[in-house]
Formats: sequence, C-alpha cells, structure tokens
Amino acid sequence: MTTESEYTPDPDKIMSVALGPQHPGAGHFRIRLWLDGDYVVRADPDPGYVHRGEEKMGEYRNYIQNVPHLERPVILDSSGILFPYAEAVDELMGNKVPVRAQYLRVIMAELNRIISHMYFLGIYGVFEGHTTMITWGLGDRDLFIDLAARIGGARVTFAYIIPGGVRNDMPRDMTDQALKTFDWFEKRLQEYEKVFLRNPILEQRTRGVGVLSAQDAIRFGATGTVLRASGVKHDIRRDEPYSVYPNFDFEVPVMKEGDCWSRTVIAVEEMRQSLKILKQAFKTIPEGPVRLKLGPQPRVPAGEVYFRTEAAHGEQGYHLVSDGTPRPYRLKISDPNFRNMVLLPHLLKNAHIADIPSIYWSLNYWPVSADR
Amino acid sequence: MPANVRTAELSTRLLQHVPSAKSDYTKPRRFKVTVTPEALSGAALFLRDELGFDHILAVSGTDYIAKKEVEVVYFVASLKPGQEDLVAALAARTNRDAPVVPSQVEVWPGAEYHERETFEMLGVKFDGHPDLRGILLPEDWHDIPPLRKDYVSPGR
Repeated sequence: MTTESEYTPDPDKIMSVALGPQHPGAGHFRIRLWLDGDYVVRADPDPGYVHRGEEKMGEYRNYIQNVPHLERPVILDSSGILFPYAEAVDELMGNKVPVRAQYLRVIMAELNRIISHMYFLGIYGVFEGHTTMITWGLGDRDLFIDLAARIGGARVTFAYIIPGGVRNDMPRDMTDQALKTFDWFEKRLQEYEKVFLRNPILEQRTRGVGVLSAQDAIRFGATGTVLRASGVKHDIRRDEPYSVYPNFDFEVPVMKEGDCWSRTVIAVEEMRQSLKILKQAFKTIPEGPVRLKLGPQPRVPAGEVYFRTEAAHGEQGYHLVSDGTPRPYRLKISDPNFRNMVLLPHLLKNAHIADIPSIYWSLNYWPVSADR
Repeated sequence: MPANVRTAELSTRLLQHVPSAKSDYTKPRRFKVTVTPEALSGAALFLRDELGFDHILAVSGTDYIAKKEVEVVYFVASLKPGQEDLVAALAARTNRDAPVVPSQVEVWPGAEYHERETFEMLGVKFDGHPDLRGILLPEDWHDIPPLRKDYVSPGR
C-alpha cells in the first residue's frame, strides 16, 4: 500500500473497470474501480444484484411466516440472524421464553458462528492462494453442520429460533458427540494457527494491508470482526447481554493493528470463545419446555422495538413497528454487511490491485445479506 | 445506575437542547426522540458530541400513509464507556408528498449508504447528501419507491 504523499493521480491515465458481478471472486457484487496503473484511485461499491425485498416481504407475512425467509440472507448464519428477530417479537409480545429454549438459541447461534467463520476462513484462504485452508475449513465446518443438523433437522436453514422459543428440543443423546467435537476442534485450531495464520505468504499479503484505524471504524459505523480488529472492544453479547449470555464465561478478542491479518486472527479467536460458550451451555442446560404456544398467527401489540444481537458477521438489528395487526407494519433489517460496505471506498483508495481481494474478503462481506 | 434512569436522563438532556422535540418512548437501554426536520442537524450534533452517540447503526424509514407522513429514524449507539448498551433513535417526520430531511452524513459518515437506501426505498430526499442516488434497486426502476405503503408487490 502506498501513502497519499507518494502518489498524485494523472487524470489522463485513469481507467475505469468493473470488478464483478461475474467475477468469481466478487460474489454477486460489483465494485467499480478507477485505476491508475496498479493503483486504485477510487472505488465505488455497487450492491443490489441479489436484492429480494425482504423488508417488503415482511409486511405481507405474519410474524411466524416471516421466520423462514428472514434467515435466507445469511444461510451460513441462519440462526444468528434470526435471533434478534425472535427476541424483538418476544419483547413486543412480552413473552417469557423458557430458559431451556434460551440455552438452545445460544447453542444454535454459536454453532452457526463457527460454521460462518469457517467458511470465511476457507474463502479467505483460497483468495490468498492458500488452498489448504479451504479444504480444511469447509471439511471441519461439516462437523459443526452435523451437530446443528441434529438439533435443527436441516443442514443450513433451520428456521429453528422462532418467537416464543425454539422449534423443537435437541436430541437427548448428543452431548457426548458435541463435547468430543469441541475438544477435537480446540486442538485443531492450533494447526490453523501454524499452517494458515503464521504462513509467511499470508502474512506478507495481509499484514499492514487495508489498515482501518479505531477512529475510522467508529466514524463509519463498522461492526463485527472488523471493528474488533481495529482495537474497539465492542461485542453485543458482552456490552448489552441478551438471552442467557450473562450465564457464560467468555472473552471478547480484540486486536490493535486493524489490518487484514488481524481481521483473520479475530475470526479464529472468536471460534475459540464460541467453543468455550458451547461447552458450558451443553454442560449446564436446564430441563424444561422449549417453546410457548403462540398459535399460527399471534397477535402482537402495537409498538416499536429495536433489538440487536451479535451475529457472525457483526451486529444484526431489527427495527420492528407493529400496529396491532397480525403482520408487521414495518420490518427494517439493520445488516452488518451493509454497514461495513461503506468502508470499501475508504480502504481501497490508493491500494494496489493485487491487494483488492485481501481487503475485500477480509471484511467478511456477504453480499446477499447486504442486499436483503 | 439502572438502564432506564440513564436513558431518561439522556432523553431529557436532548429535549432540553431541542425545545421543539418530543419524546416517543424511554425504555431500559432505548430512547426515541422526534424532532422537526429543521431541528434534525442540531439534535444529531448534540447527540453525537454531548451525549456520546457516535456509532451509527441504521437509518430506517416508515411510511405512515394515513397521517400523510414519512418518518426517518437514525439509530445510533454509543461506544462511550458505561453506555455501550444504549441505542438512541432520532426521528424526523416529513410531508409524504415532498419528503425532505437534511442529510446527516457529516455527523455520522457511516450514514451515507443508509440514507441512499432510504431515499430509494421511501423516496425521502436527503438535503446535502454528497451522492444521493439509488443503491439496491435495478438502474431501470421506474415505479414509486417500493417501501411506500401504496406500492403493491407484483402479483399481490
């Protein structure tokens, strides 16, 4: 990366090109680039290729019918992004969610966080020329999908966390299998560190690249791993504890450098913490019912709520306005990827073309979620 | 200090600073204040600089068709120690036929794309926005803004 002082753009040399949406590394997303030789002069993200109108769809469906389509924007983290929706509806209705259901919500959300972070590491590896990481990442991820499938009954989209609790209880005999996987994976993460994080090629391509200062991270409203890699210790699970998170002992990993490498390290550290939460949750989950009987079309009192949780990509929020009818009057999704997108023009400015994948993928940007 | 006392105190300070403002709700960890579009910029600056709400979460908009109004809400959190669990909602209501509110991109740079989205989805013009154009819909979209209540999805 060059600094502003070394470089003055010459308007005659500027070329404009599009990265994506057909580019295999762009993922349903286009970045318009203005280049001067090897340098990016200006970058303008162009999302919307996978916009489905989730918010409008929400106004046509009742609070239960909204469950399955609202988890579609991030199928990697389907429970994580449904969590705040269910909590928002619960808050409006004044539901007292059974404690066992709250534990199951946390278990699924943390399993999904690992599933999502593994995918991120795999994809990041392959774009940095580290093919081992995508085979390891997607292979090991399957063990967690297997666990989630035993609870949720499907492999990626579970529609598991619903207003009033969770859809069903988990199988009684899966604790041993789960704890075995967690123990194994904890050791496995040390290999990730040796082979991936400490790989000289990865370090050369990502250290000191795409640096985001803490001040800019706050100014631009960055969230998730990106915010914490820039030295801001902010995690909704710790700062505004919801559900049964206060019952668990865990750390919020934070790094100072704010570069692409730190954003990768944070993802690995967060998986360690998720394992810690999962182990405690499996060992201490109380007995009891797992859902309230709300009926197929619950009445939600008129009111307004903003509920946020820490999903895998960052802070996921819902602004829900109810007018007392069976359907939401307004359902606004505050999406972490959309929030982080505003960083792209800032981080890509003056970057080398070869650094674009490092920077773009380090944001753990998920276009389907940003477009909604 | 209990969370609802803190939000009540912050809400009161904002109301004192902006006399035309009114409080919509004060809940534990959440408060919402509605101001006139003219008072929005002053209230936003006060919220950021004096009350410490520096972290923009979302800009939401709601079409209140019966009242002929569109509401724009800025959801802002704080990273100031001790109030990291709070979310402030700063709202302004504008005439539905010609909705205009001043842009807050200078106060919260992260609001740039959120305001573009609200412009596109609800037709609210953000005065002073550096680059006000659509963001998610196709370039050839020629209908009314889709999150308006009188827009009906095709086939409905």
